Amino acid sequence: MDQANEQLIAGQRFTLEPDEMQADRWILNFGPQHPATHTTLRLVLILDGERIVDCVPDIGYLHSGFEKLGEVHDINQYVTVTDRTNYLSPVMNNLAWHGAWEKLFGIELTPRCKVIRTIVGELARIQDHVLSAGASALDLGAFTPFLYLFEDRELIYDLLEEISGARYMNSYTRLGGLFRDITPDWPRHVREFLNHMPKTLADCETLLLRNRIFIERLRGIGCVSRDDATNWSLTGVVARASGVLRDLRKDEPYLCFEQNWDGHGSSPVDFKVPVSDMGDTYARFVLRLEEIKQSLHIIAQLIDNIPPGPVNTASEEKINLPDKTEVWGSIEGLIHHFEIVMWNRGWEPPVGEAYGAVESPNGELGLYLVSSGGRVPYRARWRPPSFINYQCFGDLIKGHQVSDVVAVLGSLNIIAAELDR
Amino acid sequence: MAETADNKTLKVGVPGPLGSAGARGISVPADQPYGAWHPAVQSLQSRFGTTFQPFPLVINRAGPTDQVCLKVPAGQLLDVMRFLHDDDRCRFDLLSDLTCVDYLYFPNATDRYGVTYTLVSTPLRHRLWIKCYTNDPEPAVPSVTSIWKGANWQEREVWDMFGVRFPGHPDLRRILLWEGYGSHPLRKDYPPQGLGERANFEILGPQSA
Repeated sequence: MDQANEQLIAGQRFTLEPDEMQADRWILNFGPQHPATHTTLRLVLILDGERIVDCVPDIGYLHSGFEKLGEVHDINQYVTVTDRTNYLSPVMNNLAWHGAWEKLFGIELTPRCKVIRTIVGELARIQDHVLSAGASALDLGAFTPFLYLFEDRELIYDLLEEISGARYMNSYTRLGGLFRDITPDWPRHVREFLNHMPKTLADCETLLLRNRIFIERLRGIGCVSRDDATNWSLTGVVARASGVLRDLRKDEPYLCFEQNWDGHGSSPVDFKVPVSDMGDTYARFVLRLEEIKQSLHIIAQLIDNIPPGPVNTASEEKINLPDKTEVWGSIEGLIHHFEIVMWNRGWEPPVGEAYGAVESPNGELGLYLVSSGGRVPYRARWRPPSFINYQCFGDLIKGHQVSDVVAVLGSLNIIAAELDR
Repeated sequence: MAETADNKTLKVGVPGPLGSAGARGISVPADQPYGAWHPAVQSLQSRFGTTFQPFPLVINRAGPTDQVCLKVPAGQLLDVMRFLHDDDRCRFDLLSDLTCVDYLYFPNATDRYGVTYTLVSTPLRHRLWIKCYTNDPEPAVPSVTSIWKGANWQEREVWDMFGVRFPGHPDLRRILLWEGYGSHPLRKDYPPQGLGERANFEILGPQSA
């Protein structure tokens, strides 16, 4: 890299070839308040007319110190912060957070808890894909599918509100279990949703995937090859659109994706992983819609067979808060309750480290946890898929037109709260 | 499925059979030394000898987990990483995560900064963790951006948050905080409420731009 060509433009460092440094290049600050960035991102674009010569993303506008907060909040308090990372699918972050802790502790969940967690995880995936597919269409001028899809997102809000009490920031999981059990009517409401969603999907596919303008805006834009995808650490839909056949639900199964998840020899839930070898923006868009169908298929298998039993681990394990009747009715229950909530008592995790990951809608959502034995983590590192998927953006957009920025940005589904944490 | 241009298609696939080791909750064989079942560990030991001893990330109530970690000195890091990336039995083509832990107040810790790499092999479907320790006053670990481009922003984040330098990185600047921010906030000696940056923040008026 030639040091002489390096220059600082709008606070960002660019390395440009001599013929790229001509006077007729101009600089465009895209964001941080651009409507198509959805949240606060800034791109510094060097333009030759409408062609992008170079692009450097500038991030950090929404940095809120989530990882530092993790070092002062205990395991169950921090779940409210996890909601606010990727806020399109809050439950998925809850699953990742407590899933990683359960891996560190070595806790085995009850079958009922696993089924409910799998169902809400897939609802969160639909919730996320619905909004990101709708919004990327909205950015390209297609307003109707966004509203169609948002109707189904509202239905998922209703479903999650029914079980967790919160429409948006659900905080539904607890260490070793759930905030509370599902209501008796919930499976029926989920089945109603399962009947409603395919019609919306069919409508959107008719509106968008047969729309020549929409397809030509997406096809061949922002291509990533298979080798580049792994080298850039891409995961999730973005990697699968480039032909990387990797889905943590199949590769490193957890919850109901695991063989023998209930201890009675049950086979993992059946679903297929959509992949494409095109690697362009169009493939990412279509894969999102396909994943919604697979998620509906997963929920349909589980919703009629939620096993009976408790959702939390047994009270002897002293991990979950005991049932309120136990607290008010017995001295052991009362002591147990206080042992968990008192700040100088509580869980005793093993001293060590663990990495837990779930397949979130954006890709591999991992948590690298370090525990020094106290109730508060020593270090809580997020492996945010948005952050890691976004770093290839500068290379991806080079040579494209300005209008393609919005299309590619929408297909990567960058969530600034998760990007900056 | 939708027909697409250039003879390329969308298809619905199922990944192949699972690999033999990784973060999948496999039962750890008790009759052999820890980590000996992991093909990457076998391969690494046949190349570099038994200098790198595998250890579990945590030993919990169910025993040692299947998350195998190796400690590698900074001087050998690039050789080992290059080998893990290229070797046929390792093939770690995806750097899933790169982070750092400040062990300042950790019980029985000897080194301060532990840069941690989570490696994934997409064809062989296994994982391996590598730890590389470094210390004050000039904490530094060689950059792996020449092997994985995906390390770029993650190394910048570690520099930003912990002040660990990565010699060989093409553009080691702060990424989440601004240039000129005085501290590295995820260090353990940095208080969670900050050092007064918020109170002393320069307020921009209409004339400042």
